[in-house]
Amino acid sequence: MMHVKLTVNGEQRSDDVEPRLLLVHYLREVCGLRAANIGCDTTSCGACTVLLNGESVKSCTVLTAQVADQDVVTAEGLAPDGELHPVQQAFRDEHGLQCGFCTPGMVMAAVSLLKENPAPTEDQVRQGLEGNLCRCTGYHNIVRAVLAAAAQSAGSRAEVTA
Amino acid sequence: MIPAAFDYVAADSAADAVDLLARHGDDAKLLAGGHSLLPMMKLRLAAPPVLIDISRARDLSGISIDGGELVIGATTRHADLASSELVKTEAPLLAHAASLVGDPQIRHRGTIGGSLAHADPAADLPMALVALGGSVELTGPAGSRRVAADDFFTGFFETTLADGELLSAVRVPRRPGAAWGYQKFVRRANDWAIVGVAAIDGRIALANMASVPIRARAAEEALATGASPAQAAELAAYGTSPGEDIHADKEFRQHLARVLTRRALEHLS
Repeated sequence: MMHVKLTVNGEQRSDDVEPRLLLVHYLREVCGLRAANIGCDTTSCGACTVLLNGESVKSCTVLTAQVADQDVVTAEGLAPDGELHPVQQAFRDEHGLQCGFCTPGMVMAAVSLLKENPAPTEDQVRQGLEGNLCRCTGYHNIVRAVLAAAAQSAGSRAEVTA
Repeated sequence: MIPAAFDYVAADSAADAVDLLARHGDDAKLLAGGHSLLPMMKLRLAAPPVLIDISRARDLSGISIDGGELVIGATTRHADLASSELVKTEAPLLAHAASLVGDPQIRHRGTIGGSLAHADPAADLPMALVALGGSVELTGPAGSRRVAADDFFTGFFETTLADGELLSAVRVPRRPGAAWGYQKFVRRANDWAIVGVAAIDGRIALANMASVPIRARAAEEALATGASPAQAAELAAYGTSPGEDIHADKEFRQHLARVLTRRALEHLS
């Protein structure tokens, strides 16, 4: 066992873990945060996507030991006070989900994408979500949701400027 | 899937990593982004008793200029390569290749040193380094040595890295403004190349046409003696004997090498 300290959804944590404990298992089983799903378990589907230091990563392919002293955010951490994050709200408004299994990963990938590129084109959204699979094939509404979230953020930025 | 149990140690410098490698010998594997090693460990294709994490070694990351070369620390991530203004200016082919590795999440973790040391013949960065005529710095107990990309890859997932050595940096000739072409044929988003081609300054490298990234030397010679891109591309598969798998047989791969080489040479950036 080894000792790790890290921040999860803004909360300082300190846990004894096995070196081989994958981040997704740590989040689900030790922290009790079940938003990140285990889908393919082979770095392909993106259902386990979380933010590490603000960037999307697939938590099935990261050791908890590797993220010691770093900052992890799961979908639970996007809406700590119950008010949906703009990307979550856009997924809801645009019906960007069907069965919902891929949704937490899609949302986290979209948050990371919009941080790197706040005003993406439709093609850039599709390329930017390349690491996330929706087996309901609901991609059109997912892409529409991400574009809507980007437009909404641009609107609020304009309001602040005006 | 859960990897077999192992001991985890973190190195805080290249020298520390070399010491740890010497101490643990064959038991140890180096871990950086882990995006080649951890999937293999989860499938129990690899079960190293010790992992030496080099991702926090400060002297192994970063991008700088040294004379006519760009020097890239081994733990520099694909996302950093793809977005680096320095790399985009001095070696745009490399930035482009890095932007095509895997997907955004993978590019946030995977490193150039890891990709090169893993030596997958279908991967983007080994092919890019061969096209660019770059080299790698290998650091061991006796110091560092440099190996040209053409000599580094020795077989399927095999390199000249010796026991106890660490791939510490990558060197790429600065080529601002040089015209380059890059083509990668995949059937699905996120896949490895079925065949890939990278071309710059008369050098042409092919991915997945052999057990290592190779040069299309017959096509390079044709270009050098005045052949048109289309004529040279006809020779791109000359002398190759690519493997066969579910994606493509030998003839199809050779066809792809010719077509993609023509496209790479005709659509230069």
